[in-house]
Amino acid sequence: MKPTRTGVRTVSEPDCGESHASDGTTGEATGESGGTPVEAEDVDGALAALDGAGLAGYNYAYLDEHTKREVRRAVLKAIAIPGHQVPFASRPMPLARGWGTGGIQTTLSLLGPEDTLKVIDQGSDESVNAANIRRLAERTADVETTTDTTAADVIQTRHRIPEEVLDRDQVLVLQVPVTDPLRKVDPSDAANRRRHAHANYGKMWVHLYENVVEYGEIQVASRYPVTVAGRYLMDPSPIPRWDVPKLNDADNLFLFAAGREARIYAVPPHTDVEPLAFDDRPFQVERFDAPCEACGATDTYRTAVETDEGDRLVVCNDTSFCLKRREDAGLAKDHHLDRDGVDWGPGTPDADDTDQEPATNGGDRT
Amino acid sequence: MTVLSGTGLTRLYGDPCGDCESLTGDDAGRNRCPACGTIVACADVSLDIERGEVLGVVGESGSGKSSLAELLALERGEGHSRGSVRFDGYEGNLLESDYDTRTRLRNDDLALVHQHIRDGLTLSFSGGGNVAEKPLAAGERSFEAVRERVRSLFEQLEVPVDRMDDPAETYSGGMQRRVQLARALVTDPAVVVLDEPTTGLDVSVQARVLDTFRRVQRERGVAAVVVSHDLGVVRLLADRTLVMRHGRVVERGLTDRILEDPHHAYTQQLINSTL
Repeated sequence: MKPTRTGVRTVSEPDCGESHASDGTTGEATGESGGTPVEAEDVDGALAALDGAGLAGYNYAYLDEHTKREVRRAVLKAIAIPGHQVPFASRPMPLARGWGTGGIQTTLSLLGPEDTLKVIDQGSDESVNAANIRRLAERTADVETTTDTTAADVIQTRHRIPEEVLDRDQVLVLQVPVTDPLRKVDPSDAANRRRHAHANYGKMWVHLYENVVEYGEIQVASRYPVTVAGRYLMDPSPIPRWDVPKLNDADNLFLFAAGREARIYAVPPHTDVEPLAFDDRPFQVERFDAPCEACGATDTYRTAVETDEGDRLVVCNDTSFCLKRREDAGLAKDHHLDRDGVDWGPGTPDADDTDQEPATNGGDRT
Repeated sequence: MTVLSGTGLTRLYGDPCGDCESLTGDDAGRNRCPACGTIVACADVSLDIERGEVLGVVGESGSGKSSLAELLALERGEGHSRGSVRFDGYEGNLLESDYDTRTRLRNDDLALVHQHIRDGLTLSFSGGGNVAEKPLAAGERSFEAVRERVRSLFEQLEVPVDRMDDPAETYSGGMQRRVQLARALVTDPAVVVLDEPTTGLDVSVQARVLDTFRRVQRERGVAAVVVSHDLGVVRLLADRTLVMRHGRVVERGLTDRILEDPHHAYTQQLINSTL
């Protein structure tokens, strides 16, 4: 018995096959276990012979166990040093780097067969990328998937933090395109690593100063720089400013993973996360003029979408919560939790007053 | 009262053989060690700067002026450095201090105006942003306060205030010099080290930059070390002067005395060769 093989399963094992069959959507993924030799006359014949072979030969959750361990070690180190960028050996994945490979590697390293996964792409569960990532996890890690934020154990997301409050048992994995906030002001990673080592963030402050000079207030659309636990300057990935306050003192764990840059960093639960701002030019979230045209919400982040008929609609960006609100307009962001008054970004009961002028009349009071 | 003092300041570039300093210098007439080829940029230079005074350092190109300025300003340069730098209010030899001490000192109390503008300014930032960086890095968090300080320094140094939000790379050479001076002065340091403050400026702009600096320097009572190959600059600014050659101080004294009654042959030659 080699200890490193413990826990290794392949999806061709019978129990996995059953669960796939019961899932209904991915029945074609099950296949015969067997070796790789293929007898065929030509390439097309070989491909045809492979068709339907499924994931035989692949390890549980696609990645080999050593890779998953390495990712988990990086995750643990990242949790131990909040906001610090930890290098990891990013692997090639079956999609292009920059399309969420870091997030997938982290997600697959965390998942176990009991887990339920949700994947969001800019607020939407239905984008091609989100659906594909979900399907990869379903096939290889044998997990249930969901679009319901409250039902998920692990949520992989690109550019959004859900509107519904995450709790202590949930992990949010954010896909990160650019890991270092300082790259905006200096392209040299070597110089920026020195700046992080000495907490020398003067250049980023100059960037904000010039931003205020230009716009009269800080107008950083996304990737708003934050200080984590009073020490490291961190890029929260391209989430809107709306989501930045949710990082502060949250119940859940946030993991940030960048496959292209091979870096992982983390915001552990109940960590102070402070957006950079001046005393006389405070941090502000986005302002919206009109409620969501689908569910009527005024306390959510909204974006414009174009319908098939060509109309422009301003609707909630978080589609799964918007669908729930259409059923129950008064649904609170913390409706699924036992306790009241959860501080979760703009518009939730205890959110900072300065953050939420458009959100005070939201339908989230229970 | 002495605010900054250097003792036995030495910087060598190369692989020293041990005899480099005895084989070079003014008497030997060279700064390159004949035995091992090491360049002795400066050797055994000692000096004190009193609060509010201006010390000039003159000498020809390659005489070790900039190396001395870098040592005094605690710039981490190439080569082997020896000696000690002490600063009023800081413990011990600052050449051996850690990064944090050095950063704190250079942010609060000691500023270097670089010979090359690119070393001193981030040209893609606005002129105002370059000046604002120091108070922001030191923890100032009021936007209006920072802006007001930048504006008043621009006014004092005669940089057009309506250009303060333009990228520094669009400034003229003279404006960039002044922005560098403003950046050096913004945290009210006790000492400013100016390395060739007038390089690349035409004579009339030189005169205006020096004039402004002298006025601001006196108003604020900031001490300065002015390194220049130009005797005119030193004549205008410095109370006391060191003359350097081949990495050694060959003569020192009150600026007036040195200009009127130079003792060393090299100083005499330097004064006579002024255009």
